[in-house]
Amino acid sequence: MSTLQATRPFPDSEEMEISFGPQHPATHGVLRVMVKLDGERIIDAKPIIGYLHRGTEKIFERETYNGTIPHTDRMDYTAAATNNQALVGAVEKMMGVTVPPRAAYIRMVLAELQRIASHIIWLGTHALDIGAQTPFFYTFQEREIILDLYEEYCGARLTLNCMRVGGQPFNLPEGWTDRCRAFVDQLPARIAEWERLLTNNRIWKLRTIGVGVISAANAVEWGLTGPPLRGSGVKWDIRKVFPYDRYDEVDFEIPIGANGDTYDRYLVRMEEMRQSVRIVQQCLAKLPDGPVMAKVPKVIKPPKGEIYFSVEGPKGELGFYVVSDGSTNPYRLRVRPACFINLQVLPELVRGHLVADMIAVIGTLDIVLGEIDR
Amino acid sequence: MGNPWIAFLLVPLVKIIVILLVVILMAAYLSYFERKILAYMQIRIGPNRVGPRGWLQPIADALKLFVKEDIVPSRAEKLVYMIAPALITAPALVVFSVIPFGADTTFFGLLKQPMPPYLTDINIGILFVLGVSSVGVYGVILGGWSSNNKFSLMGGMRSAAQLVSYEVPMGFSVVAVLLMAGSLSMVKIVEAQKQAGVWFVFPGIVAFFIYIVCGVAETNRNPFDLPEAESELVAGFHTEYSGMKWAFYFLAEYANMVLISSVATVLFLGGWLRPFPNAAALAFLDVIPPFIWFAAKVGFFLFCYIWFRGTFPRYRFDQLMALGWKVLLPVSLANLLVVGLGVLLMGGPK
Repeated sequence: MSTLQATRPFPDSEEMEISFGPQHPATHGVLRVMVKLDGERIIDAKPIIGYLHRGTEKIFERETYNGTIPHTDRMDYTAAATNNQALVGAVEKMMGVTVPPRAAYIRMVLAELQRIASHIIWLGTHALDIGAQTPFFYTFQEREIILDLYEEYCGARLTLNCMRVGGQPFNLPEGWTDRCRAFVDQLPARIAEWERLLTNNRIWKLRTIGVGVISAANAVEWGLTGPPLRGSGVKWDIRKVFPYDRYDEVDFEIPIGANGDTYDRYLVRMEEMRQSVRIVQQCLAKLPDGPVMAKVPKVIKPPKGEIYFSVEGPKGELGFYVVSDGSTNPYRLRVRPACFINLQVLPELVRGHLVADMIAVIGTLDIVLGEIDR
Repeated sequence: MGNPWIAFLLVPLVKIIVILLVVILMAAYLSYFERKILAYMQIRIGPNRVGPRGWLQPIADALKLFVKEDIVPSRAEKLVYMIAPALITAPALVVFSVIPFGADTTFFGLLKQPMPPYLTDINIGILFVLGVSSVGVYGVILGGWSSNNKFSLMGGMRSAAQLVSYEVPMGFSVVAVLLMAGSLSMVKIVEAQKQAGVWFVFPGIVAFFIYIVCGVAETNRNPFDLPEAESELVAGFHTEYSGMKWAFYFLAEYANMVLISSVATVLFLGGWLRPFPNAAALAFLDVIPPFIWFAAKVGFFLFCYIWFRGTFPRYRFDQLMALGWKVLLPVSLANLLVVGLGVLLMGGPK
């Protein structure tokens, strides 16, 4: 920062401190960033969080294990299915329960659809932040179909509560797999359509290439996960390195970027959507018959002990650290949120950039304040 | 027409009122068409509640703005805050006094003698347009500064830098047309295109594109809408404005869009002329009255404005400056040289 101050074009000009948010159109909810500006150039930025704090982790402690699931829906509210998946996975691992194959496959389908839906929100809002309005409407049309599929499966569209310890609460409704297959089969064409609007657009490239660059080593040091990490060229995906459910039985690639800038993270997420389509297609083809619920006791009482289990959420590694004292309620349930840790790198990424770049970087980190504040 | 008062006072007065009304209504309905066209581009429906197909939406919007509470921030610079919206709106409307909407006409036989359907034609018309419309930038800067809001201030500063730097290449692109026309009068420029038998867009294609790009930047429209970039500066220079004062900014922006389109029509698309005005083979096109030609051309430009908004992301501030000074300015200068040489070789302006 000191070198930056030395190169300020007008050393005697005044710094301006400006508070972006918590009610600002581009901070995706209630993020507040205190920015120190020299003209349009950012000298320092400090994210201030906590405006959406609901004490979720404390609430977990007085719920039964299955009762905590609806609260996870409200953390990253754009990706409820993967939140459910991480929580039930942790408790199942603790109890040593193996989920029936059909349930595991349904979970994977739901999780990958959720990844697509989450990336769709990211793409729409990210483009909107950079000034392109139209992709927002194009993308949300497809998201609507995903939400319809969810509604048909579990009755909810956003806060799904669609998994239980030991398996799935419901079997798939009749004809659901066909409708789901029809949707994912046409999705790659839609993704190509969105890409036509942005990928080779001169202005889009000007705004994203070389903005918010983070090296692979730095990304690992900051603990980044998900697309921000893979955009820097680190091949790290929980689905591959610690496969859960039946991810070892499906074939998919992990897209990585090269330069670690906003454009690469954009390309990574676009490719991830295509890979998710592949996973869903394979899952639907392989979908085994059988029960969707394992034999688990009515009252869930994991043995005394502690465990950490994580899944690859759309935003990054989402982990649950569960401490059980052998009773029906968790003694402590700590979340390892992807967004919270990804957001920490914001000041590092925007220092020395312009105000407009900060908006692009907030968009590219793909944060959800519900998960950050909990 | 015996009484000189009629010619000197009444006729211009009626014209002024008609032009003002038309421009204001156009600005209002432009917002309707923008929302509608944008909606269809974005697989939406757009306004369709007020009146048939939403036709009365702009009227409803205007009424709402009229009765809205007019809030002045307590720490604003009150006088400047009040004046700023007028400073941007007045020039935007005044400039329409020299825009030639059509050739002399009897309004389908309504009048005994043909009358020009524009207010006046002064011999420095285009200079007047550039000069007066430049005053509008004060409305933006002063509005942004007097609001006493950091976002507004940044919006105002961005706007000032943007308008000043894009006015230069725009001026040069206009000069290229002046070289070809040999006159500053708006009517003479159109007549020169008639004599040349070709719209100036063909010999002046480079100047035309520079003018369009600068025109979009001058009106703060996407992809150059940085002064009011919602995702960055909330609403830029008019963040603090509400009610009728905000409506003035809105009116000025849309009136400016109509203005830039009208000037582009006059300079490059032959004003009220039909395509290839001297080609006898196309004489059947003359059944369309001149001012319909004019309106159609202006409409085309306005559609492009909305099209841009539906397509492009936004430039960043430094990229915008680089485009203006490093690309458009040298290109417009080089173009001026080429056009000048061309005019010289062809034997002077037409």
